[in-house]
Amino acid sequence: MSLFLIVALPFLGALLPGLMIRAGRQACGMVTFLVTLTAFLGLMTHLPAVMAGETVTARLDWMPSLGLNFNLFVDGLGLFFASLILGIGLLIITYARFYLSREDNMGEFYTYLLLFQGAMVGIVLCDNILMLLIFWELTSLSSFLLIGYWKHLPEGRQGARMALAVTGAGGLAMIGGMMLLGNIAGSYDLTVILQHRDEIQASPYYMPALILILLGCFTKSAQFPFHFWLPHAMAAPTPVSAYLHSATMVKAGIFLMARLWPVLSGTDAWFILVTGAGLVTMVIGAIVALFKNDLKALLAFSTVSHLGLITMLLGTGTPFGAMAAVFHILNHATFKAALFMSAGIIDHEAGTRDITLLGGLRRLMPVTFVIATIASLSMAGIPFLNGFLSKEMMLEETTHTTLFGNPMLVPVLATIGALFSAAYSFRYIVHTFLGPERDDYPGHPHDPGVGMWGPPALLVILVIAIGIAPFLAEPLVKTVTAAVLGGTAELPDAHLKIWHGVTPALWMSVIAVAGGIILLLMFKPLSRAWAAAGPPFAKAIFDAIIAMLVAIAQAVTGRLHDGSLTRYAAIFTVTVFAVTAHAWFSGGVGLPSRDALPIEPVPMTAWILLVTATAVLLRYHRNRFLALILMGVVGLVVSMAFAYLSAPDLALTQLSVEVVTIILLLLALNFLPRYTPVESTAGRRLRDGVISIGAGVGAAALIYTMMLRDFVEPSISAYHLENSYKGGGGTNVVNVILVDFRGFDTFGEIIVLGIAALIIYAITEALLSGPVRARLLNRPTEDVAGDAHPMMMVVVTRVMMPVVLMVGVYIFLRGHNEPGGGFIAGLVVAIGVVMQYMASGYSWASARQRYPFHGIIGTGVLVAGLTGIGAWFFGAEFLTSSFGYFRIPPFEEFELATAMGFDLGVFLCVVGAVMLSLESFSRLARRSDTEVNEYAMDIDPSRDDAPQPTGKEG
Amino acid sequence: MELLLASAVGVLTAAGVYLVLRQRTFPVIVGTAFLSYAVNVFLFASGRLAVQQPPVLNDAAAAYTDPLPQALVLTAIVISFGMTAVVVMVALGAYLSSEDDHIDDRPETGDEGAQS
Repeated sequence: MSLFLIVALPFLGALLPGLMIRAGRQACGMVTFLVTLTAFLGLMTHLPAVMAGETVTARLDWMPSLGLNFNLFVDGLGLFFASLILGIGLLIITYARFYLSREDNMGEFYTYLLLFQGAMVGIVLCDNILMLLIFWELTSLSSFLLIGYWKHLPEGRQGARMALAVTGAGGLAMIGGMMLLGNIAGSYDLTVILQHRDEIQASPYYMPALILILLGCFTKSAQFPFHFWLPHAMAAPTPVSAYLHSATMVKAGIFLMARLWPVLSGTDAWFILVTGAGLVTMVIGAIVALFKNDLKALLAFSTVSHLGLITMLLGTGTPFGAMAAVFHILNHATFKAALFMSAGIIDHEAGTRDITLLGGLRRLMPVTFVIATIASLSMAGIPFLNGFLSKEMMLEETTHTTLFGNPMLVPVLATIGALFSAAYSFRYIVHTFLGPERDDYPGHPHDPGVGMWGPPALLVILVIAIGIAPFLAEPLVKTVTAAVLGGTAELPDAHLKIWHGVTPALWMSVIAVAGGIILLLMFKPLSRAWAAAGPPFAKAIFDAIIAMLVAIAQAVTGRLHDGSLTRYAAIFTVTVFAVTAHAWFSGGVGLPSRDALPIEPVPMTAWILLVTATAVLLRYHRNRFLALILMGVVGLVVSMAFAYLSAPDLALTQLSVEVVTIILLLLALNFLPRYTPVESTAGRRLRDGVISIGAGVGAAALIYTMMLRDFVEPSISAYHLENSYKGGGGTNVVNVILVDFRGFDTFGEIIVLGIAALIIYAITEALLSGPVRARLLNRPTEDVAGDAHPMMMVVVTRVMMPVVLMVGVYIFLRGHNEPGGGFIAGLVVAIGVVMQYMASGYSWASARQRYPFHGIIGTGVLVAGLTGIGAWFFGAEFLTSSFGYFRIPPFEEFELATAMGFDLGVFLCVVGAVMLSLESFSRLARRSDTEVNEYAMDIDPSRDDAPQPTGKEG
Repeated sequence: MELLLASAVGVLTAAGVYLVLRQRTFPVIVGTAFLSYAVNVFLFASGRLAVQQPPVLNDAAAAYTDPLPQALVLTAIVISFGMTAVVVMVALGAYLSSEDDHIDDRPETGDEGAQS
C-alpha cells in the first residue's frame, strides 16, 4: 500500500467515528478498528522488503525551492514504530470500546484517537524534517484533546494543559534545532541529513542544534526535569494513558533520538547530556513510583523511569546500547500497555485505583490477576519474561560505561534503578491482588468481559513468547538496530538469549530482585519516612513558573495595551518614523536619474486648492459638516490628479467612490453629534502636530526621491503592456490586469467587499433588534428639512435613471478596451439607485427594489467564480481567459471575452455591496414620528388630497 | 510636477495622522479617509509620473505609463470604501449603544502626561 495512504488513512478515518456514532457504539468502534486495521495491513505489505534491508520511499515535491517536500520512507526503525503505533492502537481501540461508559461521547474519543494515531505514524514515516515538525506539533495538539477528554474533570483539564505547555515548549525548541540541523546539512530531507555525520558534528552549530533537539525529545519523552507532565496526564481515560504512555507519544522523543542517532551521537556532549538525563530520570522515576498509591501514578512514574533507561542506552552511543534500547522499546511497549489496561480494569470493576483501598483481588479477578502479574514480573526483570532480557542487556551495557571518569557510577545507579523497579513491580502485585479479601471495595470487583481482558492478554502472550524464545524477536531487533545505526557502525554480533553465563549483569539482576523484595518488606516504615521527607512536587514549581510568566505577560500587555487607541496610533507612527529615518540616514540613495515634469498652471491651481482645503479642514474640523464638504473637495482634486497623470480608470473610480463615501458619511453624521468638542490640551495638540508633520515630511520625501529615480530592476509592467492585447484581448491594460492577469486577486477583493457589506448589514440588524432601536425611533426631530422629498429632485432623478443605467452599461461594455469596466460601472449604477432612495424615500424605493442586495453580491461572486471555473473544462487553470471576435450581420465585428463574464461578477458585487451598505445606514434613519411616504413625492399635482398616514413605523 | 505631488502626499498624510490622533470617532474616520488618499496617490506615483500616456493600447501612442500601480490602486480605492463603511458602522453602533463617541477605552483625562 502506498505510504501516503498509510499516513492519510487515520486522518481520513478520523471523520468517520463522529458520523458512525449515530449508528451505535458497536458500529463506531468497528469502523475505527477497521480504519486502523487497514493501515496496519498496508504497512505489513512492506514488511518483507524492509526485513530484507530495503528502504521503501514515496516522494511528493511540494515546495522544493523551500526544501519542503512531502517525502515518506520506511526502514526498519520506521516500520518498527509504525507497527507498534498501529498494532497497539488496534488493541486500545478494542479495549476502549468496552471501557468507555454510555455517558462518554465515543465518536469524539475515537476521532481524537485517530488524529493522534495519524500524527504519530506521520512522525515515524516522515522523510522531511519540516513535515516531521508539523506532525510533531500535531501529536502535542491531539494528545491535548485526548488527555483532556473528560472535560468535566478539573484534573483532566489541568493535566492536558500542562502536557501541552511542556511538550509544546519543547516543540518550539525542536523547530529551532531542526532548522539548524537542516541548514548545516544543506537539506531538510532526513535521508540526506543522515549522510552528513562528520559535517554536522564539526559544525559550530552542532551544540545549539543538539541542545534544542534534545529539549524537544526530553520534554516529549518526559525526561528529568521535564518528567512531571506525564503523571498529571494520568487524569485521562485509561485507554489514552495506555496508548500514549506505553507505545506512542512518549516514545516519539525516543524515536527521534534513535532516528538522529547516526548524526548526533558519539560526541561527549551527546553522551553526557543523554546518558546523564536518562540515568537521573531512571532513578528518580523508580524511587517516586514505589511510593505512589494511585495505580496509574505508579505506572506513570515507572514509565518515566523506563524511558530514562532507554534514553540512557541511546546516550552511550555504542551499537550494543542501541540494540538494547530497541529491544527494550519493544518489551516496554508490550508489558506497560498490558499493565495500564489492567489498572484500567481494576479501576473500572473495583471502583478505585487507590492501592490502599485494594488488596485481595486474587480470587475475585483471577484473569486480571494473571495478566497483571505476568506483566509486572516482566517489568521487574524476572527470567523467562521479555523484561528480563532487555534489562540484562542494559545492565551489561552499563558495566562498560564510564561517566565522569568513574566506572562504578553508571552501574551502581542503574542497579539502584532496577532495584526500585523490582520493588514497585512487586508492590503492584502484592498490594493489589494478594493479602486478605476486603469487604469495603467501592465497587464489586469481578473480571470484565473478554473485550477488556483480551487485548492485555494478547500482549502478555507476547511477553512470555519473547521471554522464552528471544530468537523470535532477533531478526526484527537486528533490522531495527541496523536502521538506527544507519551504517555508521557495525551491527553487534550479540544474540538475544536468556543465559549469558555468570556475568556481572546477572549479579546486578540478582541484587535488584532481592533488594526489591527487601524494600517491599520494609515498605511501611519507608513510606512513612518518604511522606515525612516531603519531596518537592514538580507541579508546585511548574505552577509558580506559569504564574510568574502570566504576571510578566500581563505587565507588558497592560503597559502596551492600555485601551487607548490614539496612544497606539501615536506610538506606531513615531516608531515607523524612527525606523524609516534610520534607514534613510544610514542607507545610500543614488542620484536622480529622471527629469522632473514641468509644473503647469492647472496642476498648480489644483494643488493650491488641495492644500487650502486641507488647511481649512484642520482648522475647522470640529464642524463636522464642513469637514465633509472639504473632504469632498480633496477627493475631487485627487481624481483630477489621476486624470491629468494618465490614469483615466483611477479618475473615474475615485470620482464615483467619492460620491458614495460622502453620502455614507452624511448618513452617519445624521446620528452623530454635529460638532467635536474641544478636549485635548494645547500641549497635546502640539505633540500631535509634531508627530503628523514628521509623518507628512517623511512620506513626501520618500515619494519625491522615488519619483525622480528609475526602477532598480525592470518591472513586470512591460510584460503586461505587451501581452494585454495578445493574451488578454483588451487594449485597456489596467482593466485586463484586473480581470485577467491578476484576476484571482480581484476575485478575492470583491469577496472582501461583499463581506464588508454583510458586516454592515449584520451590525445594523443587531442594533435594530436591541435597545438602540427604541432610542432611534424616538429621537428628537430638530432641524429636519420641511420638504423631505422635493419634487424637482424626484423628477430629475427619475428622468436620469435610465440614462444612468445606460451610461453604466456603456462603461461596462467598453471597459475591456477603453477606460471603464466592472468596478466603475458598478459604482455608477449604485449612485443611480441611491439617488432614487434619496429623492423618493426609503419605502418607496425599496418597495420597487425586487432583488435583495445580498443576492446581488452572492450572484456577483458566483458569476465571477463560475467564469473562472469554466476554464477548467478546457483544461486550463482557474480564471484563464479566452476571447474571440464574432460578426453578426448587420452589426460590425465585435469581441467576446470570458473576462467579460468575470467583470460582470465584479459589477454585480460592487453594486450589491455599495447598495447594501447605504441601505443599512438609511434603515437606521427611520423614526417613529414621520409618516411613511406612500407616494414618491410629498406633493403630487395629480392627487387631490395629501397622502393619508398609513400608521407609524415600528 | 513631482514636487507638487510629493508635497500633496505629505500634506494629506500629515492631516490624516493629525486627525487620526483625535479623540472622537468622526475626526478619526475623516483622518483614515485622508490617509487612504495619501496612500493611494503614493502607490500610484510609485509607477512614476507621465502626462498624456494612458495605458490604453493605441497604434499612435509613443509610450505608456505604468499600468500595474493603477490596477492595484483601483481596487484599493474600492476596498477602502468598504473599509470606511465598516469603520463608520462600528463607530455608529458604539455611539448609538453608549451615547459616547470617544475612541479610547478609558476615561479621557485630556492630560498630556497620561497620554504619552
